[in-house]
Amino acid sequence: MSQQLAQFLSDPLVRGVQTAASWVRRPHAATLLEAAPQSLVSMSSEPHADAPLVRIMDVDLALGGPPILQNVRLDLMGGEFVSVIGPSGCGKTTLLRLIAGLFEPSAGHIIYNGRELKGPQRDISVVFQDYGKALLPWRTAAGNISLALEAARVPARTRAPIIEDLLHRTGLAQHARKYPGQMSGGMQQRLQIARCLAQDPRLLLMDEPFGALDAMTRQGLQDELLTILAASGATTFFVTHDLEEAIYLSDRVIGLLPHPGRVAEVFEVNLPRPRDQLETRESPEFLRLRRELIRFIAAAEGRH
Amino acid sequence: MNRLGDIARALALPAALLVAAEAVARVTGMDSYTLAPPSRILAAGAAAVADGTMLQATGQTLVSVLVGFALGAMGGILLGIILGLQRPLDLVAELPVEAVRAVPSIALLPIWMIVYGLGYRMEIAVIAFSTIWPNMVLTRAAVRGVGPRLLEVSRVIGLTPIQRVWKIVLPAALPRIFVALRLSLGFSLIIGITVEIVANPQGLGSGIMLARDGMDPGLMLAMLVWIGLLGVALNALMNSAQQRLFGRVAEGE
Repeated sequence: MSQQLAQFLSDPLVRGVQTAASWVRRPHAATLLEAAPQSLVSMSSEPHADAPLVRIMDVDLALGGPPILQNVRLDLMGGEFVSVIGPSGCGKTTLLRLIAGLFEPSAGHIIYNGRELKGPQRDISVVFQDYGKALLPWRTAAGNISLALEAARVPARTRAPIIEDLLHRTGLAQHARKYPGQMSGGMQQRLQIARCLAQDPRLLLMDEPFGALDAMTRQGLQDELLTILAASGATTFFVTHDLEEAIYLSDRVIGLLPHPGRVAEVFEVNLPRPRDQLETRESPEFLRLRRELIRFIAAAEGRH
Repeated sequence: MNRLGDIARALALPAALLVAAEAVARVTGMDSYTLAPPSRILAAGAAAVADGTMLQATGQTLVSVLVGFALGAMGGILLGIILGLQRPLDLVAELPVEAVRAVPSIALLPIWMIVYGLGYRMEIAVIAFSTIWPNMVLTRAAVRGVGPRLLEVSRVIGLTPIQRVWKIVLPAALPRIFVALRLSLGFSLIIGITVEIVANPQGLGSGIMLARDGMDPGLMLAMLVWIGLLGVALNALMNSAQQRLFGRVAEGE
C-alpha cells in the first residue's frame, strides 16, 4: 500500500494537481451560522463562489419520537474536510443521512449547491462503514464500480477506462476480477470508495469508514484518502469516533452532544498539508487538539 | 472420492429389493391386476418405448408441466417482487391472496374444464395456478430479506426503480427464489400427473389409467417408475443449474 502511495505521489502530474488545487485551501469564513436564518428566497438564488456547498439551517429531526437532532446549523465549504465526533447517540450518522438526502428534516432546511436538498443526489456519494453489506457480492470489483456508472447512464463502451482508472487510483488494479468475498476488509472498503468516486462526487459523505479496520490498514487508508481527495477536490463530511483520525484528516472537527443531538463545539485544525502519520501526529498543535477533543468527549459523557 | 464405489453403494439396496421382488413373484406364481414382477415391468416399459406411446405421453406431460410451471413461476415472482417492495400494497392484497391461495388447486379443476375443456390449456392453467403461490410467497420473503444497506446504496447511487429491481433486488433474492423454483417444479409434475389421472385424456397420468383399465399392471407400473425417474431428472436439472448459477457466489460469501 505504501509503495503504491509513494508511486502515486512521485507522479509529477499528481503532485502538480495537489499543490495547485488542494493543499492550498480556501479559508472558510463563517463556520457556524450565527445570524438568524435567512429567507429561503435569498438562499435559493444562484450559488456564488464563496457560498458554502452545503448549508444546514436550523434543522430538527424527529422520527416519531423524541428529537434526534435539534437546531443544527452548519456550513460545509467547497473542498473542505469536516469531521464529526461525539458520544454515541448524538446523531452523527443521522446528520450524515440527512445530508445524503436519505432523511428529510422535520424542521429547517438543507441547501445543497444553492438549492433545497430533495432526496439523494448523483454527485453526493456515501461510504458506509459496513462495506461487506454495501457491496454487491455477485459482482466483481470492476462490476461493483460499474454499478455507479450504470446508474449515471454512462455508455457501456466508455465504462472500462473509467473503471480501470478508479481501480488504479484506489490501489485495486490487480484485483479487478475478484469478488468482494475474496477481498480483505481494507480492500473492500477501498472498493466502496472507488464506487463512490465513480459518481464523481462534489460531496463525499463517509460514515465511520475505517471503524471496522485494524490500525495499520486504517492509517494507510487515511493517507490514501487524503491523496485521492487532493486530486478530486471533493468536499468531505466524515463521521468517526476516532478523535485522532478526525484531527489528522480534517480542516474542522465538529463536536456533537446528545439528547437531543446538537452542534456543541467546532475545532479548527490548522495543521499544514500534506499531513504525515509521524510528524503531524507528533506536532504540538495536533497534541493540543487531541487534548481538547478528549476533554470534550469526557465532559460529554459526564466522566470529567 | 471413488465415484464408481459410491454409485455401486447407492444402487445396492434397490437392486437387492428388485431381485427379491422378482424371486417372490416367481416362487409364488403371482398373478395380479395391480402388481407385476420387475421383469414384466421392464418388458412392458420397453415395448411402450418401442411403439412410441411412452415418448408421446412423456412429451404431452412435459409440455403441460413446463409451460404451466414457467407461467406460474413468472407470475409468482413478479407478484412477489411487487408485494415484497410495496408494503402498503401487500397489506391490501394480503386477505384476498391468502383466501385464493388456500383453495387446493385441484379443487378448481372443474372450473378450468368449463373454461378450457380438455387438453393442454386446461392442464397448463391448473399447473400455473398452483405454481404461482409458492413462488409468490417465497419471492416476497426473499425480496424482504434483501439487505436494507443495498437498497440504500441503490438510492444514493441514483438507480431508477427498474434498475433497482433488475440490478439489486432480483440478483440479491435470486438464490432464495431459486429454491422456490426447484420446489415448485416438482410440485408442477405432481399436479400435472394428477390432472391427467383425474380428467385429462393425455400424458403419462392418463397412460397409467389406460393401462389399469386394460388390466396391464406391467405397463402401469412401468409408467409409474418412468414418472419417478422424470421427477428425479427434473430435480437434478434444477440442482445443477443452481450449482452453476450460485455456486460461485456461495463460495465468495
